[in-house]
Amino acid sequence: MHTFDLTLDDISKIEGKASLSVKIKDDTIEEIQFKITEYKRFYTQAIRGKDIAAIPQLCARVCGTCSNAHLLCAIKAIENGLGITPSSQTQKLRELLNFGLNIRDHALHLYVFVLPDLLGIDSILDLDENKPEERELLEDTFSVKSAGNTLSKVIGGRSVHAPFPTIGGFLIVPKQELFEGLIKELQEVRPAVLRLIERFSNYSFLLAQSIQFVSLIDSDYSFLKGEIITSDGKVIKETNVKKYLEHVVIPYSHASGYTFAGKTYFVGALSRINLAKKYLHKNTIKDAGSILDRFPSENAYDNNLAQAIEILHCIDKSIDILENLKVEKEPPIPIVRKECVGVGVIEAPRGMLFYRLEMDNVGKIINADLVVPTGQNQIGIEKTLYAYISANIQKDQHELSHDIEKIIRAYDPCMSCASHFLKVKWERLSAKRINNTGNIFN
Amino acid sequence: MDKKLKIGWYSFSCCEDSTIIFTEMLNEHYLEWKKVLDIRSALILQRRDHHDEMDVAFVEGAITSEEQEKKLKDIRVRAKKIVAIGACATIGMPSGQRNLFDEEKQKEIAPILTRFKYAPSVKKLSDIVTVDSVVPGCPMDENIFLQVLTKYLKEFGIIIS
Repeated sequence: MHTFDLTLDDISKIEGKASLSVKIKDDTIEEIQFKITEYKRFYTQAIRGKDIAAIPQLCARVCGTCSNAHLLCAIKAIENGLGITPSSQTQKLRELLNFGLNIRDHALHLYVFVLPDLLGIDSILDLDENKPEERELLEDTFSVKSAGNTLSKVIGGRSVHAPFPTIGGFLIVPKQELFEGLIKELQEVRPAVLRLIERFSNYSFLLAQSIQFVSLIDSDYSFLKGEIITSDGKVIKETNVKKYLEHVVIPYSHASGYTFAGKTYFVGALSRINLAKKYLHKNTIKDAGSILDRFPSENAYDNNLAQAIEILHCIDKSIDILENLKVEKEPPIPIVRKECVGVGVIEAPRGMLFYRLEMDNVGKIINADLVVPTGQNQIGIEKTLYAYISANIQKDQHELSHDIEKIIRAYDPCMSCASHFLKVKWERLSAKRINNTGNIFN
Repeated sequence: MDKKLKIGWYSFSCCEDSTIIFTEMLNEHYLEWKKVLDIRSALILQRRDHHDEMDVAFVEGAITSEEQEKKLKDIRVRAKKIVAIGACATIGMPSGQRNLFDEEKQKEIAPILTRFKYAPSVKKLSDIVTVDSVVPGCPMDENIFLQVLTKYLKEFGIIIS
C-alpha cells in the first residue's frame, strides 16, 4: 500500500506560476489540488472607468504570451458594441497577426516546453549543436519560432503588445515590400513543421477521458470569427455564449474555473481540430495526410499534435493571404462613442477567449467580464490528473512527478491569463459543491 | 571549460512579456549565448534551479506580496548584479494598478488580498533592493537588454572587446 504526499512547486516550462499537491493514503488519493499561484493584477477592476481607446493596449498586458489575442478580442468586443465593421483589409491583417501569434506561441510550447520531455533532457538548450541530428532540432526550434515572430512584427509592429492594430483598423499598415521575404521565411520552415508533426504523431501517451470540446469555428479556420460549436452538437452565437459559461470558485487557486452547460470541457488546439479539421488549409490536409485520422481524439496529450498541425495551417493560410493582399493606406474607422454592450469571442492559441464590455455614452468602461482559456481548462486539468494518478499510484514518485508535469504541459496552461482578474461575487458563488478530495463535481 | 557568465532569469507579478521577448531573442542568439551564459535558473527554459550564487540576476515583474519580497531579497544575496527587466520591475506598472484604486475597487479586492496574503501595496524592485541596471519598456527594449548583457559579459571578463 502506498502512502505519500507529493508536492510540485513552481512547475517549470509553462507560462507563469502553478503548483500541485497530492495526498495519497493507502493507494487512494485523499486530496489533489492544482493551484494557479500567480498573483492577481486585477485587470477587470483596472479597466473600469477607462476610455475604450485605451482598453485594447491595456488588456494586451493581461498576458505577454498571447498579448495579441487579448488585443484582438478587446478590439472585437468594442467594435461589436459600437457597430463598427472592419474593412476586408483590416480583417485579413488581423488574421495574419493572429496566425503569427499561433505559430510563435505553439512553437514555444512544443519545442521549448514539451520536446525536452520526449527527448529525456531538461532543456532544449542542452542539445548538442555539434551533433547533426540535435543541431537540426535546435535549428528547427528557433527558425519556426522566428517565422511566427517575424510575421507578427511585420503585420503588427511588434510580436508582443503589437502597436499597429486599433479599434476600427490599423494605425500603421504593414509595408508590402516586406511580404516577399516573409513568404519565403514561412515556406522555408514548412519542412521543419512537418518533422514536428511526424515526431508528435509517433509519440504516444494516453490520457483517455470523456470530455466536451468547445471552440469558435468558421469555415476558414480563421480563429477570429464564426460560431461556438460543441462536441455534443450545440451551435451558439457569440452573443449568447455567456449563459453557458458557469464560473466555479476553486478556493486554493488564484484563478477561477469554468464549466460549460454544467459540464467539464476542453478548449484549445485539440478542440478546434476535433471540431473543424475539415476546414484546415488544403495544403495542411494534404501534408498531414493520415495523421489527421487520429482526430477527433479524446486524448488530452494529442493537444500537442493538434498544435503542431495548426502551426502548418497558420503558415499555409498566411502564405495565401500574403500572396494575394495589396495593402492600401486606410485610416481606422472613426469611433462614435455610445452606451452599449460589446461581446467579442476569438480563439486564442490556448482556446476560446471571451470579452464582454459595457460602455457608457462617453466611451468609458462600466463593467468588464473576461473569460480566458486556462480558466476554462482548469477543472479538466485537475480531473485528468486525478484519473492518471489513481491509475498509476504504483509508479515510482519521481516518474509520477515527471508524468504529472507532462500532463499539465499538454494542456499548455497560461497562468498570467488565468490570474489576471477577480470575480467580485466569489463568496456567493463558492456554494458550488466541492468534495473532500478537493475535486469539483458538476 | 571557458568561463561563463552565471545568470538567473526570474519573474514576479507581470504578464511575462519580457520573458517572451527573451525567448524570441534566443532565435537569433542561442548559439552565441550557449557559449557565454551558464543559466543557473530560468523556469521558462529548464526545471533545474541551482539556487546558488550568480553574477547577474535578471528580474521581471513587480512585487505584490511579502513572499515575493523575501524571494527577491534572497536573489539579491546570491547575485552580484540585479537587472530590473521591463516596466513592472522598473516602475511597478501596470501590475501595480491596484495601488491607484478608489475605495470601491479596494473594497472589492480586499477579500482576495487577505486570503492570499498580498502586501498592502505593489512595489517596484528598487523599493526593496538595490538595482544595478534597468531595461525599461513594456515589453523590455531588446537593444537596451543587449547593451546591458554585453556590459556585464565584459565586466565579468567573459568577453574582451
